[in-house]
Amino acid sequence: MEGRPGDNLLIVVSFIVAIVVYNIPLPHVIEYGRPEWISLVLLYWAVALPNRIGLATAWSIGLLLDVLTGAILGRNALAMLLLAFLAHRLYQRLRMFPALQQALIVFLVVGLQLLLLHWIDSFHAVVSPPYFYLIPSLTSALFWPLVYFLLHTARLRAR
Amino acid sequence: MHSGLCNFYKIVAYGTRRRLIKTIFKEDSGDLERFVLLAAMSVALMLADARLAQMTLVRSGLVLAATPLQWVVQLPARTARWISDVSTSREFLESENARLTARNMVLEGKSQRLISMEAENIRLRMLLNASDSLDESVMVAEVISVDPDPFTHKIFIDKGSRHGVFKGQPVLGATGLMGQVVQVDPYSSRVLLITDSNHAIPVQVARNGLRAIAIGTSSTMNLELVHVPDTADIRVGDTLISSGMGRRFPSGYPVAVVVDINHHPGRPFAKVRATPTAELDRGRYVLLVFTEQSRTPAQAGAPAAGATETPAEATLPDTGAQ
Repeated sequence: MEGRPGDNLLIVVSFIVAIVVYNIPLPHVIEYGRPEWISLVLLYWAVALPNRIGLATAWSIGLLLDVLTGAILGRNALAMLLLAFLAHRLYQRLRMFPALQQALIVFLVVGLQLLLLHWIDSFHAVVSPPYFYLIPSLTSALFWPLVYFLLHTARLRAR
Repeated sequence: MHSGLCNFYKIVAYGTRRRLIKTIFKEDSGDLERFVLLAAMSVALMLADARLAQMTLVRSGLVLAATPLQWVVQLPARTARWISDVSTSREFLESENARLTARNMVLEGKSQRLISMEAENIRLRMLLNASDSLDESVMVAEVISVDPDPFTHKIFIDKGSRHGVFKGQPVLGATGLMGQVVQVDPYSSRVLLITDSNHAIPVQVARNGLRAIAIGTSSTMNLELVHVPDTADIRVGDTLISSGMGRRFPSGYPVAVVVDINHHPGRPFAKVRATPTAELDRGRYVLLVFTEQSRTPAQAGAPAAGATETPAEATLPDTGAQ
């Protein structure tokens, strides 16, 4: 599937929207289940346009997140890189899968990403209580069909 | 037909078919190499960021480049604030104004007494040859955003190195100590709150001066005192104030109130929980404190002096009033 020139704008806008939505303050209880919006958007584009969203792009987005969140430089870069790499390995299968199966893969991939982030954090900081940090992978999987649907229709409209 | 030629055709056909299959299911060549390269770069970057002091320059450059996006990211919070500002009714503002004026009267009345007490205190300290300076100036900063990660307690304020903010600067709320500055960008900085699990603050019990260290538990309501002996004189309801040890926080500011003490016969230390007095999860303004001892010689003459408290800034509304 080759990308169209109109997609570039959509890609940029979707990432900015994801970053903005990710940073919206949530009530304390729901906060633990905040879906990884940026990862979901990256996953969508890496599956839909693997030639356009390469590993270098994913890495750069991760670095941008590091700068925005004030994390140690390279933390999110590595996590996003892992996500894009897995997506590139899986994209042909993922496109064929029904929504439920896709969500399962998203759960696993995002979970791996969170595990990596937690692991990185554990080197230089006191980390959170066990397993709580994995909750977002579940909510991300639940929200995957929505993200997929929104971005897909946006792409169809843009043509 | 020759069987050799037939075989040759077969081989050619097999070859083309394999090539066809290969082109259809083409593995993205070089993907793994790029992955390894970029992963190595990330690890190198993390190590450099953790070890090298020069990386702060790189980071501030990156932050400056990302400032427009930062602004966009904070747009929803700003908009929500603007809407709540605009939509407050006139009656509410009037009643709030009356309330604040009354409160201001009370506080000013108290501070009149404080002035004479402070003068007395300085005289007494001079008699004791103690070199503790009490003159601390403050700067009001607005909270722009809160870290979305529920496990880190950081807030983002709108004053940066251009305003004289420095790393390690203590941050106060209206009712107590809030935390310290951990990262300074040109126009904003990040504050690590005392409840973050990576934060510890030296405190003492206001009643008897018993020293302890309060560490964050990554819950906004709890601090934990570590290494408090079972026999220590500490009670529920005791106020903990900053002890000024470690020379990071000024001494004498309220930090927390003890809410729970648990003596366990199997453990060498008592388990003491305390609730921060500052309203860490609400409030819009914080105070950045400039103390003589917290200001390093390099910063003593820096713009800090010009940016410190002016009467106009000091009359800004209280933190946590809403």
